[in-house]
Amino acid sequence: MTQRFGRVLAWVFLAVVLLVTVFPFFWIVRTALSNNFALATHPSSLLPADFTLGPFKRVLGLATLSEAQAEGGSGASLDALLYLRNSVIYAAGLTAVVVFCSAAGAYAFARLRWRGRNALFSILLCALMIPTVFTMLPNFVLVKDLGLTNSFAGLVAPNALFFAFALFFLRQFMLGLPTEIEEAAIVDGAGHFRILFRIILPMSSGPLTTLSLLMFIVAWNDYFWPLLVTGKKSVQPLTLALGVFKQSSPNTAPDWAGLMAATLVAAVPMLALFVVFGRRIVNSIGFTGFR
Amino acid sequence: MAVVSQENRAVVVTAPTRRVRNRRPAVPAARRRDARVAWLLVTPAVVGFAVFYGFPLLRGIYLSFTEFHVLTPPTWVGLANFRQLLGDDVFWHSLRITVYFVLLQVVTGTVLSLAIAAILHRLTTSALIRGVILLPYLISNVIAALVWQWMLDPQLGIVNVVLKNLTGDTVQFFGSSAWAIPTLAAISVWKWMGYFAVLIFAGLQTIPPAIYEAGRVDGASEVQMFFRLTLPLLRPILVMVVVLSVINAFQVFDIVQVTTQGGPANASNVLQMYIYRKAFGEFDFGYAATMSLALLVLLAGITFLQLRVARANQSDLS
Repeated sequence: MTQRFGRVLAWVFLAVVLLVTVFPFFWIVRTALSNNFALATHPSSLLPADFTLGPFKRVLGLATLSEAQAEGGSGASLDALLYLRNSVIYAAGLTAVVVFCSAAGAYAFARLRWRGRNALFSILLCALMIPTVFTMLPNFVLVKDLGLTNSFAGLVAPNALFFAFALFFLRQFMLGLPTEIEEAAIVDGAGHFRILFRIILPMSSGPLTTLSLLMFIVAWNDYFWPLLVTGKKSVQPLTLALGVFKQSSPNTAPDWAGLMAATLVAAVPMLALFVVFGRRIVNSIGFTGFR
Repeated sequence: MAVVSQENRAVVVTAPTRRVRNRRPAVPAARRRDARVAWLLVTPAVVGFAVFYGFPLLRGIYLSFTEFHVLTPPTWVGLANFRQLLGDDVFWHSLRITVYFVLLQVVTGTVLSLAIAAILHRLTTSALIRGVILLPYLISNVIAALVWQWMLDPQLGIVNVVLKNLTGDTVQFFGSSAWAIPTLAAISVWKWMGYFAVLIFAGLQTIPPAIYEAGRVDGASEVQMFFRLTLPLLRPILVMVVVLSVINAFQVFDIVQVTTQGGPANASNVLQMYIYRKAFGEFDFGYAATMSLALLVLLAGITFLQLRVARANQSDLS
């Protein structure tokens, strides 16, 4: 009897956790489809208050000033498409370079034998001990000295060539690959680059996909580094724009509907990735402990 | 591909000349060719590490001994920044509330994640539920901060509307100094709880089910088994989770910057926020570097202690 009671209690706990997890997402959608003025009069309605697509139009810059103000917008538009483009360039660019450099490095560390390999690897391992907090300021000074502020190169610079987790993650996988195929290829006279591109990388397609997903998510959500190095609309990612949009909205009566619509625009690509690759993302979180 | 094979041939040609100079004929030529390719392949990683980890580390330490306002070159001031640090009440206040934030987030976060993981482990293996729990981890801190700021809004936020109906009172979650840090910690817990639950869940799956069967045969209850079997066997992963969350929590910035920006009246001016304000608000990079160094030493010390105390590398399973 107590056993069954315990199970019921556990399910109730789990249901509460799920509710608390999901409710804010529901609330974003509900608010984003509301008229900002109606939000004040119906603060607790579970359905959108006075349903409208106005907030999205405001965010995407499709609404005229008078239309925006009629629904409680501040008149400030977000240019979400521009920021969306910037986020895509930043996240996709960083992901591509990190995955490529890490795959090359991981192959050398996992499959080749050379003097200094383990010593060098231990040195690189130290990067995991240095919190980003500490390297952030000197890196900013460096990127500024190089004249790379307000550029995509400056955005990706600190992590593109060497991202500790990515290198270790791929090396770990490549260490476990069987050697037979490689040896056969060597006998056939294949060089290292041919082995890397024709054998090892295709065999690693699973981990490469997972790594790309995780890198993309991390870059997409990044806030602090872009805050430091970008001041211009032309390169700022969406996460920064959300803060800008909030500040342009009056403090006494913020355009919450517009803000939530903007938030949704920023979150949707991640949610889409989740719908497609959910199981892969869930399973990738093991003992590696990303970040 | 043509370019690549040419490159390989070049390596083969140069190999014999190098053997003459090398006094260790025991190393086969193939291996030395490996070394060339290997160094070529790791070059990006080595350069990235040297330029964006190694060099900034040294430069950061150097800058903490200087007065530096970005536009003019740094001037050496010895220990002046460190003396300033010792007498800086705002810094010590920031440190205190950061520690308060870390304790709140790590303790509640770890307990909740552990509970969720343990319950999932005993009830269901549904990947869908684990996926849903992971949702907050996928969105940025900025989004998490914004949606909670809206839900906790004093007048229109759903949480305060419900609170008002239940208790007749509303809570200034971000606007009162007593609530600011707990509110930020709660948002952070919401954001990371699912991730750490899935991480712990992965650890739980490595525990052989036979152990639980044996426990049940001996008449142990679920609760007893949790404290006598699960917890001890899970210790290495729990230690990792705690170390990761402590390091994470000490660097809290995004949600503070989006919501309170350190206010009201420094009540949520966490260390990272204070460093950011000093560096980019007052352009006092030297002093900001000094505080970063203090944070680095603090984090290193805490991590070392945690690993020592918990003997993280020893598992009871093996």
